[in-house]
Amino acid sequence: MKSTRLASEWFWTGICVAAVGLTVVSLFAIVADVAIRGAADFNLAFFTKLPPLPNAKPSSGGLANAIQGSLILVAGACAVGIPIGIVSGIYISEFGSGLYGSVLSFLGDVLAGIPSIVTGILVFTLIVLPLHAFSVVAGSIALGSIMIPIVSSTTAQSLRAVPNSVREGSLALGVGKWRTTMVVFGSAKSGVATASLYATARAMGETAPILLTVGSSAFWFSGAWSPVATLTYYIYDYATSSTPNWIALAWTAALVLMLIVLGINVAVRIVTRRGAHS
Amino acid sequence: MLRDGPAMSKQGSKKSPSSGRVDRWARYLTLAIASSALFLTLLYFLVLTRGSERTLTFGLSFIFGSKWDPVANVFGLAPEIYGSMLTSAIALVIGVPVSIGVAVFLSELSPTRFRAPVSFLVEMLAAVPSVVYGLWGLLVLAPFLQKDIYPTLGRYLSFLPLFQGRIYYTSFLTAGIVLALMIVPIVSAISRDVLLAVPQSQREAAYALGATRSEMVRMSVLSNARPGMVAAVFLGFGRAFGETMAVVMLIGNSQTISASLFSPGSTLASLIATQYADASTALEVSAVVEAGLVLLLVAMSTCLVGRLLIRRFLRSKQAALFQ
Repeated sequence: MKSTRLASEWFWTGICVAAVGLTVVSLFAIVADVAIRGAADFNLAFFTKLPPLPNAKPSSGGLANAIQGSLILVAGACAVGIPIGIVSGIYISEFGSGLYGSVLSFLGDVLAGIPSIVTGILVFTLIVLPLHAFSVVAGSIALGSIMIPIVSSTTAQSLRAVPNSVREGSLALGVGKWRTTMVVFGSAKSGVATASLYATARAMGETAPILLTVGSSAFWFSGAWSPVATLTYYIYDYATSSTPNWIALAWTAALVLMLIVLGINVAVRIVTRRGAHS
Repeated sequence: MLRDGPAMSKQGSKKSPSSGRVDRWARYLTLAIASSALFLTLLYFLVLTRGSERTLTFGLSFIFGSKWDPVANVFGLAPEIYGSMLTSAIALVIGVPVSIGVAVFLSELSPTRFRAPVSFLVEMLAAVPSVVYGLWGLLVLAPFLQKDIYPTLGRYLSFLPLFQGRIYYTSFLTAGIVLALMIVPIVSAISRDVLLAVPQSQREAAYALGATRSEMVRMSVLSNARPGMVAAVFLGFGRAFGETMAVVMLIGNSQTISASLFSPGSTLASLIATQYADASTALEVSAVVEAGLVLLLVAMSTCLVGRLLIRRFLRSKQAALFQ
């Protein structure tokens, strides 16, 4: 009896450890494959040249236009998503104590669960179809509206984490509600910054809405109302091609994307941990 | 906080009669901008129902047709609905047990010093862009599964219709396996929070009865946490159901309803991603938007139910703490 109980104890512990092992090994496998296969074309040409022809010589082309396009697109998305997200978060945490505030906060959670391709469809029908053109503007709006709920809920969270004594102290000095909110915002600044960075990383890695709103281009950025090349689109396009030099570039593009996205995530984690300790 | 002291008193002394007006305006302005959440939610429904008007008028039988043929003006979504359900189900069957294992490890078993690094690594899986999952799945995992794993599965489990038939490079199962990996971070993070919300007294009660740790976890943690775990499963399902890029790259995009998991297929999301560009007639655009509407309804309702369940669960546990 005793030994079977001990065995089952070991068995269940083993199962849990195996689950963790499987998860962590998968992560390492993805990261290692991307790093190893992506390193082959990780050179100056990748960051300076336009996409190569199929079966062209190695380093005769790169995805510089896609890097440029991704950065411009994400900057546009940030311009849409971060201000609206932060102000929404401020309302939810500081003003919206009633029913409407909690409804908005709940809707934010639900919006965050909407598949990004549905956001793509929304902007496709609202902007792309009437204008008969894919554009950076349409993409920025799509990615921006994906960022809004992420930024607002994390902003609200970090504002709520500010102790009430700060608000009370400020109000007791006769400072108005809005200035008090600014004081509270000041002490939650790092939380808000990490929220924005985190959402930026999300936008950087999105592909599905880009298909439906931005399209792609083989050339450099040519205006806000035209399509633009992006890293994620090229990864999709080149990975599903059967051309070896394009597939190699897809891996390098994935490496660059992972460096940016995971880099932001790791940085955010380090900053928040430091904040939590002090 | 101290740093703000003098500034605050200065602001206080300078407080003008107009500060009340500033506060009112601030309230209205933030309210207006925060209402974008409500506005966006309504916009989704409005735009997608208007956009799919042309096909919605044909009714449900039109949606549940099994063929997508622009030439014949037939746009059935049955294979896509089947594919979305099947791949999400595979993702849950594989992903949920793994997630529960991870959650139990993090909340019950792990030594304190492993807790932060392990949850960090699991969260990093959520940060990997879905197109990278697609790339890796297509060029690394799919060939490995096709060559080394599926033939064995086919040999030993061929009595099940699920594992019969030709083994394709891209298939329901390959897409489902990658989806499983993608939902592990969200399901395990929510499950961990749920497990941590189970009152300590429940654990102590089980130990007092002489339970071993694994018996304690089953008796008092998992059974108490069940409603919360259901919520986690709902949210994981919503995530898998709407996932696009990884699935587009791994499922093969053919309109197939097949019992075999080795067969290629398509999902609602993959249909949208592959058909929007070819949509040449207004009717076809409407059908693509309709697929988006179905996706929106399913994802939103699972998310809604999941969030409501989890709120109720956490509230009940908090209430239990104060009794």
